[in-house]
Amino acid sequence: METLFQNVVNALQWGSFYALIALGYTLVYGVLQLINFAHGDIFMVGAYIAFFVASFFLGDAVPFDLSRTAVLALTIPLTMILTSCVGVLLERIAYKPLRRKGAHRLYVVITALMCGLILENGNLALLGASRRSLPELIDKTVYTLGGIAVTNLKLWVIFTAVLVFVILQFVVMRTKIGMAMRAVSWDKFALPLMGIPLDTVILFTFILGSGIAGLGGMLFAMSYPVLDPYMGAMVGWKAFIAAVVGGIGDIRGAFIGGFLLAFIEIMVAAFLPSTFRDLFAFTILLAILWWRPTGLFGVPHTTKI
Amino acid sequence: MKKYTLNILALVVCLLLVVAAQMDMLDQYVLTIIMFIGINIIFASSLNLVNGYMGEFSCGHAGFMCIGAYAASFLSVTLFTNNKILGAALLPPYLAPWLFLFILLVGGIVAALFGLVVALPSFRTRGDYLAIITIAANYIIISLIENIDIIGGPRGLQGMRKVMNAMRHTLDIPWMLIWVIIVTGISLLILYRLVNSTYGKGISAVCQDEVAAKIMSVNTDRVKMVAFMVSSGLAGVAGGLYAHMYGYINPQAFNILKSTEGLVMVYLGGMASLSGSVLAAILFTLLVEALRFAIPAVDGALHAIHVLPDGFELSQVWKWVLIPLILILLMQFRPEGLLGNRELTDVFPRLRRWFTLK
Repeated sequence: METLFQNVVNALQWGSFYALIALGYTLVYGVLQLINFAHGDIFMVGAYIAFFVASFFLGDAVPFDLSRTAVLALTIPLTMILTSCVGVLLERIAYKPLRRKGAHRLYVVITALMCGLILENGNLALLGASRRSLPELIDKTVYTLGGIAVTNLKLWVIFTAVLVFVILQFVVMRTKIGMAMRAVSWDKFALPLMGIPLDTVILFTFILGSGIAGLGGMLFAMSYPVLDPYMGAMVGWKAFIAAVVGGIGDIRGAFIGGFLLAFIEIMVAAFLPSTFRDLFAFTILLAILWWRPTGLFGVPHTTKI
Repeated sequence: MKKYTLNILALVVCLLLVVAAQMDMLDQYVLTIIMFIGINIIFASSLNLVNGYMGEFSCGHAGFMCIGAYAASFLSVTLFTNNKILGAALLPPYLAPWLFLFILLVGGIVAALFGLVVALPSFRTRGDYLAIITIAANYIIISLIENIDIIGGPRGLQGMRKVMNAMRHTLDIPWMLIWVIIVTGISLLILYRLVNSTYGKGISAVCQDEVAAKIMSVNTDRVKMVAFMVSSGLAGVAGGLYAHMYGYINPQAFNILKSTEGLVMVYLGGMASLSGSVLAAILFTLLVEALRFAIPAVDGALHAIHVLPDGFELSQVWKWVLIPLILILLMQFRPEGLLGNRELTDVFPRLRRWFTLK
């Protein structure tokens, strides 16, 4: 029974990571109908940026000594800002010219996939294969509750994921720019006629998505300190599965899908050899797409002749 | 006679290659590249059937290659060599050359059956979601093979070298080169005949407009199934050749990067263009091999003029930055590829007089 609850806590933590990335996938898809395959690697870039920012503030380059809490407080916003810059850069360099030309959506998807590969391998080529690890920014305290051990970091991760979800839901559903975002996905051609700047809305979407991925990357690096250029690939794919399972384009779907996938994975790993985890994750994706091609929350589009 | 000129020329070139290999006039390295070109031609042109002719986006093609490679290797290793899996050889090794094509065929059939994993969902989903399914299929296949311990799991499978040696013992000729040439020829012929047949026109019809194709009495589900199965089956055959050429395979050799190579070749050559895929496969293989030498050369040159700091070295990883970059630039500036929906004979119509494929 205790192991079960321990697994539940672990699943909640993993689900938070998946949810944070899946939200980015779903935001971009909801607005542009584009699967931003580079998103998992933006998560990885976020982790690396967090590493460089944190080491910069803890290193000798800064004349005054900062406490670790202050470093943490500085690293979070800086990581989010810098990561969204990377996301926006990608959008401006790779996706926007294609969109301007009215290229087939397939070409944009291929470009996104390739951008991801470039980010991964470019990172490996530039920074080398030496493993880096994020310096510890908060003291770990372990709370024990009836035999279940929970670190404060885990609680923070789960709390952050929920907070981000609530804020995002508020932004998309209640604010003007959120309304514009929903409008883009509704009808991209009527939108400029209503005086809404399309590019600004898309830019905002990428800032939001990449910023959240950066935050996720930083939290991931804090929980599992060893950084690796390919760390975003697998987690990114899984988060993508989560987004699809929930019905891509729907924020609630991404959030719930992330936790659902994490629960399934952790439970599979608890009862079967852990090498079966990926097999199950992808098989579930396949089964869900087969059974309900639009995911749990997605609304099917019918094609009319 | 005139219309057989190119056919005879191709035959002569292939014969010359085999003779040159037999006389040891070709370096082992050159030989490997030539065989690799053949395998890449099968891989790219079979992917083109789905991605080009049918207009779907399959980006997990290497998974089927993996299945074919493992099925063929498992069969040949257990049949002809004393191995750890089943013990003694089931058949006398001198039969190896005669049954090799059969083994490749079985590899292809098994891969085609796995192609159903993608083909069946394709009845209901198209576009992005089908792309996801293909990627998932790629991961599932790799993960599945890594979990089967009897064929080596993540450590990979070897022993195919012994099969090749058994062939050499029977008759000392460059078997592998011969197989690659024959199988590449047969695969291209199959694809050519398929896409130019009345039945195969259904594939292009699905690409143009699925609903209209259905109205025109094309059985779209069946067409999709045939296209996916032929495509993945041929990829499996390419995998079988690949496995026997290297004598060692491991599942991670067929991951998403390998699939990406296939995509680069297809889009470089042009969608729905068989000759484009052949051309692109040759160009791409040579380019990758050239990079193997070019990267250390550039590294040396940049160090000589002190552009790069001493501790920094350009590694082979840059290859994987450059290849995606090529594809991105291609998508930006010439998304239709080198030939772009046309065959070589459409670009140079006079070529038609010199060969025949009927």
